[in-house]
Amino acid sequence: MSNTPVALGLIILGMGVVTYAIRLSPMIFLGRVEGWPLMRRALRFVPPAVLSALIFPELLLPGGTLDLSLGNPRLLAGALAALIAWRTKNALLAIAVGMMALWILQAVLPR
Amino acid sequence: MIYGVLALSAGLPAALAFAMSSVVFAGSAQFVGAQLIGAGAPGIVIVFTVCIVNLRHILYSASVAPYLNHLGRRWRCLLAYLLTDEVYAVTITRFVHETASPSRSPFLQWYFLGAGLAQWSAWQASTAVGIALGTQIPPGWALDFTVALTFIALVVPTLTDRPSMAAALSAGVVAVLAAAWPYRLGLVAAAIGGILVGLAVETQQTAARHRR
Repeated sequence: MSNTPVALGLIILGMGVVTYAIRLSPMIFLGRVEGWPLMRRALRFVPPAVLSALIFPELLLPGGTLDLSLGNPRLLAGALAALIAWRTKNALLAIAVGMMALWILQAVLPR
Repeated sequence: MIYGVLALSAGLPAALAFAMSSVVFAGSAQFVGAQLIGAGAPGIVIVFTVCIVNLRHILYSASVAPYLNHLGRRWRCLLAYLLTDEVYAVTITRFVHETASPSRSPFLQWYFLGAGLAQWSAWQASTAVGIALGTQIPPGWALDFTVALTFIALVVPTLTDRPSMAAALSAGVVAVLAAAWPYRLGLVAAAIGGILVGLAVETQQTAARHRR
């Protein structure tokens, strides 16, 4: 941790300001966003793109090196959670099963 | 709750972790922000990433705005703060339903306010529970992995067609290839790359449909 509590507080404040500005401005200055069809189309891809960009390195780069093998417990547990989220549409179940799978795999797989 | 646990494991002091829930009040932005703080990313990159993650709120805000036209600025300033994914989902459904019915309620904004306050209280309470539990959990439990799992559970339902799957896959690949870039710029590149690939695949699909 390199950040001081004051710096962290400023970062959180900045996060709050941009979030609020984004939520408020269309309500105040209406009509401009609807004129950007490309923007409207692009926004749909923001959640899949940003979330995947955060997920892939967590699963494929444990400890900073690429590991595509079946000996990578995070990759296996993550794939299982994705499968459950897809089949059941139950987020809490996917998280719970993925976590249990990680614990079991970490105990069973050789390091 | 998971946010509270995660924020502590990312190294945020309990008071700041709790404050973030009321200052920011945006689930995925808080997860992403806490994760980047834990990774030691610079403030500018964190705020910029939060901005990208929250861009979808422009659409939410624009879509509820016509229903709030008659309200004063103070009402809008209050309701904007409460505009999360969940509040938007229940509120817009109600708004559309009410507008279709002949006896339109003049109190729609109160419905928005009620939904917002309910979710706000639940979010603050569950953050507090997560923070309280978080300090008692040993690091060997690898609880940081709950973040990746939460993102997986959030992303899977958004993969409804080929363009969104292409966006997710390409963003993931770019993120892995660019993981070593400084200031977590690989994340920004991956997000922009994924969005562009999604747009390209969608454009190509539409063109193919027109030719048929």
